[in-house]
Amino acid sequence: MNVINDPFTWLAGQLVNWLSTFMPANGVSITMAVLRAASLGIFALVMFMVMTWIERKGVARIQNRIGPNLAGPWGIFQPLADGVKALTKEDITPDHADRIVYNIAPILSAVAAMIVFAAIPFGPGLIGADINIGILYILAVSGLGVLAILMAGWSSNNKYALLGAFRVVAQLVSYEVPLVLSIVAPVMLAGSLSLVTIVEKQPVWFILVLPASAVIVMLSGMAEVGRSPFDLLDAESEIIAGHHIEYSGMKFALFFLAEYVHAFGVSCIVTALFLGGWRGPDIAGVTVPWLWFFIKAVLLFNIMVWARGTLPRLRIDQLMAFNWKFLVPLSLASLIVVPLADRLAQGMGLTQGSWPWALVMLAFNVAMILWAFALVSAAGRRARMAAQVPAEVTAAESHDESGYGEEHGLAHGADAGHAPAAAGAH
Amino acid sequence: MLQDFAFVGIFIVVAIALAGGPLILAWLVRPAKPNPIKSSTYECGVETYGDAWVQFKVQYYIYALVFVLFDIETVFLFPWAVVYNQLPLFAVLEMALFILILTGALVYAWRKGDLEWV
Repeated sequence: MNVINDPFTWLAGQLVNWLSTFMPANGVSITMAVLRAASLGIFALVMFMVMTWIERKGVARIQNRIGPNLAGPWGIFQPLADGVKALTKEDITPDHADRIVYNIAPILSAVAAMIVFAAIPFGPGLIGADINIGILYILAVSGLGVLAILMAGWSSNNKYALLGAFRVVAQLVSYEVPLVLSIVAPVMLAGSLSLVTIVEKQPVWFILVLPASAVIVMLSGMAEVGRSPFDLLDAESEIIAGHHIEYSGMKFALFFLAEYVHAFGVSCIVTALFLGGWRGPDIAGVTVPWLWFFIKAVLLFNIMVWARGTLPRLRIDQLMAFNWKFLVPLSLASLIVVPLADRLAQGMGLTQGSWPWALVMLAFNVAMILWAFALVSAAGRRARMAAQVPAEVTAAESHDESGYGEEHGLAHGADAGHAPAAAGAH
Repeated sequence: MLQDFAFVGIFIVVAIALAGGPLILAWLVRPAKPNPIKSSTYECGVETYGDAWVQFKVQYYIYALVFVLFDIETVFLFPWAVVYNQLPLFAVLEMALFILILTGALVYAWRKGDLEWV
């Protein structure tokens, strides 16, 4: 273990040596814990700045703009300038707002996003706390963000804020279901809730073994963060900015901090669960696990930026239909298919974690995904046919209906009961 | 293990400090010139009518109920998933049956039209 393999552990070792020259053993461990927590928290804040910069540059490039370019080289100090601006802005509390809840909400939002990092393994031994219920802790803690958003929307005494908050709770609560159901699959194969063990059990990355679960976790993670195309919570064109409409200055900045830190947290979770965490080939003969983890997480964040730059916002009914009628049934199906495929592969004499075993799992997953898509397109075709037939009979009456069916072919696609019901109505 | 959770506790305190610190700093730096117009509710410049704390659609409540159903399901799924590798085939099939029964609940909610956004 040398400096390049893991500079952080090396630094901590040097610090412990220096501290123990004048401190009792208990004092050293407490000081180290506080320092570790502080550096992890500051790492989260620094990542917030880096992520905003990546996002603004990335979206600008997609929209054929330059993006921030004045503050420092390539505008890299733009987040600092934004921070200073947020500091000096007046703080406005609207009349009739519930002051206590209104002030707690941004802090709770930021804290809920940051404390996720306590259980994320950035490298072997490079983790805040290797608690044996790591992923469960992360799921529980990130649920607090929903509470913060509801508190913000409710306490602002603003109808748009309240509308935004209601939508958010409906959306986040719904997307939590496929997220949690799909995380069961890697936990099952690794046999542990600790993210360190899950990473260690991935000689073949789980994205190849469980592609369906990986995609569902990534999609519902994006929805959990409330990023485009799932950004109904702050749909600027409809409800102005949703729950943070009345916030200004630093409190507004804290909500953005929560969003970006949460987005990076989701990237880290997907990296650890499905992309093999810190696993990766040596670079120039040196093992740099922390660098591999970082590269994978930033690449995943770039996929989020890409989605934001290219996809339009979904409507709330499409969003809910996509979740309840596609993602949830698919994740339930994968929960039945994955253990059976695993038992079948093991029955064929293949050992868990070997490449042939992974190929069998991959085949079953791909078959399941293709079957799901076939079901959706068949149901969508039925819905379109049902909407088109009456359009020929009474064009004026069902004009808007047929348009509805066209637009909603995919969103309502998995709705098998929908098509006959619509046909019966005419 | 207790030490690990102690670290989580310390980290929560540090996170509150890191989130609250800028707020205190901003409180020292920022101007404060309130006036009645500035602190009125912002609803696109339209005069605010009535209170925001009103009744809301029952639809949200139904989604919450379906969510609770599946969240309780995961409470049963996670312990099963952790010991999955030591389980006999019988227990695996039993869990598949359990998931199928819950899928029945989803299909029921679907046919009743509770998953339609109205």
